[in-house]
Amino acid sequence: MNRQELKTTIEAEKNKLDLQKTKHRICVCCGAGCISSGSEALLKKLQEEVETRGLEKDVEIIPTGCMGPCNQGPLVKFQPENTIYQKVDCNNIQPVVQAQVVENKPIENMLLFSDSRSKPFVNAKDDPFYKKQLKIALQDCGDINPEKIKDYLSHDGYQALDKVLFEMSPEDVIGEIKHSRIRGRGGAGYPTGLKWETVYKYVSPEKYMICNGDEGDPGAFMDRSVLEGNPHRVLEGMIIAAYAVGANKGYAYIRGEYPLAIKRFELAIKQAKKMGLLGSHILGTEFSFDVEVRIGAGAFVCGEETALIASVEGKRGTPKPRPPFPAESGLWGKPTLINNVETLAGIAPIINKGGEWYSEIGTPKSAGTKVFALAGKINYAGLIEVPMGTTLREIIFEIGGGMPGGEDFKAAQTGGPSGGCIPAEYLDVKMDYESLISLGSIMGSGGLIIMDKSSDMVDVAKYFMEFSMDESCGKCVPCRVGTKMMFDLLQKICNNKGTRIDLNRLEELAVYVKEASLCGLGASAPNPLLSTLRHFKQEYENRIEKEI
Amino acid sequence: MNAAPTVKDIEPVKADPRLKLIAAKIKKENFKPDSLIEVLHIAQNAYGYLPMNVLKYITKALHLPPARVYSTVSFYHFFSLKSKGDHTCLVCTGTACYVKGAQAILNEIEKTFSLRPGQVSTDNKLGVSVARCIGACGLAPVVVLDEEVQARASTTEIVEKINKMVAP
Repeated sequence: MNRQELKTTIEAEKNKLDLQKTKHRICVCCGAGCISSGSEALLKKLQEEVETRGLEKDVEIIPTGCMGPCNQGPLVKFQPENTIYQKVDCNNIQPVVQAQVVENKPIENMLLFSDSRSKPFVNAKDDPFYKKQLKIALQDCGDINPEKIKDYLSHDGYQALDKVLFEMSPEDVIGEIKHSRIRGRGGAGYPTGLKWETVYKYVSPEKYMICNGDEGDPGAFMDRSVLEGNPHRVLEGMIIAAYAVGANKGYAYIRGEYPLAIKRFELAIKQAKKMGLLGSHILGTEFSFDVEVRIGAGAFVCGEETALIASVEGKRGTPKPRPPFPAESGLWGKPTLINNVETLAGIAPIINKGGEWYSEIGTPKSAGTKVFALAGKINYAGLIEVPMGTTLREIIFEIGGGMPGGEDFKAAQTGGPSGGCIPAEYLDVKMDYESLISLGSIMGSGGLIIMDKSSDMVDVAKYFMEFSMDESCGKCVPCRVGTKMMFDLLQKICNNKGTRIDLNRLEELAVYVKEASLCGLGASAPNPLLSTLRHFKQEYENRIEKEI
Repeated sequence: MNAAPTVKDIEPVKADPRLKLIAAKIKKENFKPDSLIEVLHIAQNAYGYLPMNVLKYITKALHLPPARVYSTVSFYHFFSLKSKGDHTCLVCTGTACYVKGAQAILNEIEKTFSLRPGQVSTDNKLGVSVARCIGACGLAPVVVLDEEVQARASTTEIVEKINKMVAP
């Protein structure tokens, strides 16, 4: 396919969508959460229902990616009204179709959040859950069929790629990304534009582009939802990144625990290749780029870039000292660019709307939006995307609907085993990279676990230390031995057998491990311990008092 | 010096269709040693675990030192050297599930079936394991019984379902 043909296809798909606007488009959420709640059977039943009613001509049914409020699933959305029904199953789908399609009158007590709001919203966009959000990476998630490239094309898909290939030089692309001030969404927050520029500057006949989809943090499912809900967006980001840095071969490293994401991404690759958007001479230009999926095999440390590279090479996923950074010597010793899934999902909108537009969203130091996976003791658990700088209070009480049973908020855990806990007195903290670091936590990949008073913070620290101990690759001593020693001490304190000496030793060890470990895993493993010690020291004290 | 591997090297000795699957993957990957993890994934899916003779076969076909294959297998959680049992019960112990009571479910399973994570019953009927996070945190706590995700799992319900699952 060449440029003209792509334009024609996009126009045709957009027209089709316009024609359908008057009719009903029923989106059934087929994200991992809703599938677990039975949305696949529901999809089938819905199709039968529409057929028996003879409505096939007026109704289009599509499976989509995650719509957000995962614990209210399965979710069904009616377009163009944008009305969402919650907890729909094979038994109650009939009245919903009757009311929504035939009578055009919504059933109030089945609408989204109808069981907790006095007046649920007919247009879901008006609900505080969505109103406070700004979706960029998740923009089309929940509106398009992730398994059809044409659906993506009708939502401005691959237009950024078209613009990049025909109107911009690699320098222009890097300039635009730098201008947007987007930072890596994998956790560390390194400026993406700078990373691209570094790889671009190394001269090598072979360069690689890797998409990091090894989302190992327990309690995080952002990358999963993006890959499942809009795989083409990530693929487009990869192709643009490869063009900018001059890579011709790419790998998408996706966790083995996410079979659906793997399936949909592989399908996206196949479809893009067929349309000439991927492979040799993309859209008739001189630029060629090919992508292969690599399946992760369950090692948390592989989220670290040098360990991930070792894993792509088919080896044990152990990290290497940096420098040299992957930008200089990465996969098979060649310059390699590694970006997180969410970062890549943000690339196409930046190209389409300009870096200026993106840089104006968020805070001065952290531009754009961040996807959070909201879970734990919260009313509306699920996936949200908010501008950087939104306060924790807004996220928990306005978007998340507060705590179940009106329990008091105790702490929010961010950044998984590499992050820390934010106590109630910091509820008004702005969620951006710097503010979270100043509280002893990190942004991390975006897992946000809410805890109430039933969570024992010493136990929480022990839980994460056990995780880091298990996942330590064993290459360097501070991490391998240190995490084990810290875990044993925590275990001792948890069993009310700890002494003050143990507590002091724990604090000392945490600093050693943090400073002496080889890679990010060890360097951040003491974070949950240090942050609970900082904000909830009393709970540790209570455990050791008896012994002295 | 080892000669470059050829198609003949990987001709399955016995007519095991699962071995043929692995051979096909190795051929597709062009005998590249860096395809080891991809090949292991196919083998793990076909057998449910990685039997020693299959590992030996892969070692030979990819012309890799046995130590390299063994060290890779033992490094990654996804690969298992032991059978996981006819039926599997996987309890997610991710943070959200932990906060919502995954440990209570594990305790009850241990009490009822005398099985701890990583163990398989003596009759090989049931295997219990834990996952670090299956990414369905909105539905916590989550248990996966024979590939089927049980959302918002309650202790009694899970024990009941396991009983039904292993019943002859």
